[in-house]
Amino acid sequence: MSMLEINDIHTYYGNIHALNGISLKVEKGEIVTLIGANGAGKTTTLRTIAGLLKPRQGQVLLEGEDITKLKAHEVVYKGVAMVPEGRGIFARLTVTENLDLGAYSRTDRQNFAQDLERVFTIFPRLKERQKQVAGTLSGGEQQMLAMGRSLMARPRILLMDEPSMGLAPILVESIFDTIVAINKEGTTILLVEQNALMALSIAARGYVLQTGEIVLLDSAANLKQNEMVRKSYLGIE
Amino acid sequence: MEKTAVHKASMPVNTYRLIQIVLGVVFSAYVIWRFYDVFIGNPAYGADTWMRFAISGVVLGSVYALVAIGYTLVYGILFMINFAHGDIMMIGAFGGYFVFEALKNIPSPTVGDPHQVFLNAHPIISVILAFVVGMIVAAVSGYFLEKIAYRPLRNAPRLVPLISAIGASIFLENAALLLFGSQRRDFVNPVQLTRGTGWNIPVNGTTVILPYTGVLTFVLSVLILIALYLLVQRTRIGRAMRAVAENKSTAALMGIDVDGVISRTFIISGALAGAAGVMWGIHLGLVYYQVGFIPGIKAFTAAVLGGIGNIPGAMLGGMFLGIIEALGPAILGLPFQLKDVLAFGILVLILIFRPTGLLGEVLSEEKV
Ligand SMILES: Nc1ncnc2c1ncn2[C@@H]1O[C@H](COP(=O)(O)OP(=O)(O)OP(=O)(O)O)[C@@H](O)[C@H]1O
Ligand SMILES: [Mg+2]
Repeated sequence: MSMLEINDIHTYYGNIHALNGISLKVEKGEIVTLIGANGAGKTTTLRTIAGLLKPRQGQVLLEGEDITKLKAHEVVYKGVAMVPEGRGIFARLTVTENLDLGAYSRTDRQNFAQDLERVFTIFPRLKERQKQVAGTLSGGEQQMLAMGRSLMARPRILLMDEPSMGLAPILVESIFDTIVAINKEGTTILLVEQNALMALSIAARGYVLQTGEIVLLDSAANLKQNEMVRKSYLGIE
Repeated sequence: MEKTAVHKASMPVNTYRLIQIVLGVVFSAYVIWRFYDVFIGNPAYGADTWMRFAISGVVLGSVYALVAIGYTLVYGILFMINFAHGDIMMIGAFGGYFVFEALKNIPSPTVGDPHQVFLNAHPIISVILAFVVGMIVAAVSGYFLEKIAYRPLRNAPRLVPLISAIGASIFLENAALLLFGSQRRDFVNPVQLTRGTGWNIPVNGTTVILPYTGVLTFVLSVLILIALYLLVQRTRIGRAMRAVAENKSTAALMGIDVDGVISRTFIISGALAGAAGVMWGIHLGLVYYQVGFIPGIKAFTAAVLGGIGNIPGAMLGGMFLGIIEALGPAILGLPFQLKDVLAFGILVLILIFRPTGLLGEVLSEEKV
């Protein structure tokens, strides 16, 4: 059974038909990437899976369980965490408080210290900045915080919306390394990226989204060779 | 004259600032002169009178602070002014009133006094009961107020819930009018808390009374304010409240039930207003269907004064307003009846010159 399966999703903003029948699958332990131009509907897809938007039609299944009708906070308890677009850290709270909120849905509070240690091992910079108000962190540190926070929930599947956005190339590489490391520890990942080359080099499979529709799905290796993908998303003629 | 005109035409922003500075200087000079006149030039009152003013200001200020927190908490999370908040305070005041009325009628004879009633036999339990009941009815009212009058309008334009709030306020006042009548009722305290009694402090050859009801009000307010501060800063629910105040959808992504947090915010705000209502009754002695109106607007002023959305700001704003109201008319040489005008004058001045309030919480665009 797939970790995540969405079937024929239609999501609207008022009258705007943003997702026009999207279907995709993410198998347990995979990294799957969703690529597409600005406004294609990538963020909308993730927000629909997370329960922040309600589709008018279609289903979201988590290991076979229908979570379409659940509210966003209930979806979290099912094991879905999201690193939102633009990071979405709580700027007025401290680093520790942000991480603490990441674990809000956890009932096993006794493992909190251990998980915090794990996040600090992955992102030593956050440990140094524990007491700092998150709004004063650098852009890269904020991204680390957003990722660390999502890990505190120990999700079954992690949805990431453009984690590399606005970061220096060297940081982008380390963020992608971290994503691979998180995945190796057993977290399934659905990754939305503008940086299609990087995304395809760590993902097993990929979907290409165009104006609310999936136009292509294939293994990452094949997508990298695909004429249309090379032209439109990799900038290679 | 001509020079100013040219200046104005070319640099309108600086001219506005200049007017502010000039007005500020003139006003400050006037206040300083009044201070000099009142305290040194022509001392109008002795130290004992000033002390009475100050006591009354601090006590009222602590009540304003409690109510102001409610405006600020709700604004912090929903970015709306809950204009019915003063009426929630009124409901709390009635809650406390009816507890005292009931306990006044329960006989509790003692050896010394066969006609003793529960209220006077057990004043501490009575006061605790009054506060518990007043806080609970106000908290429950706050909960339903949000659910009925505000929640359906969550995604409406910002003006709509404001209108609904004014409607809710009118509704609550009229409901109270219908249920309890229009008469001003005497809030009968336990005999140990008779208004006007207190500790006598010798000042300047006379004595100033430090009223028991005032001390109770002040001490209880401070305890509640500390408890609230700890709740918001140190607890899981407090963290969730602050997260929701910053970003509702990200808060939901943490697993926080945003609607639940909003409900709890109204429950907490209501409980504080309820406590303030009972204090108002115990200290000032009157309760009627519009008893929450003036303190409600004063507390709103206090919240704006401290920077709406800012919790320590609301606490300080409340204290500050209470003290200004008590000392201001005497210092400025205004008739005492004008103390309300003074409070609202401050509101207008703050809104014009420093809409972010004294503690300067910025009403950022992202919030709006
Ligand atoms: N809140 C909204 N109200 C109305 N329309 C919206 C809203 N959010 C997104 N849209 C529209 O829905 C479509 C999909 O937007 P979405 O944010 O999902 O794109 P995206 O693929 O994430 O783009 P980007 O790469 O720029 O982040 C766009 O046409 C956008 O204009
Ligand atoms: Mg997007």
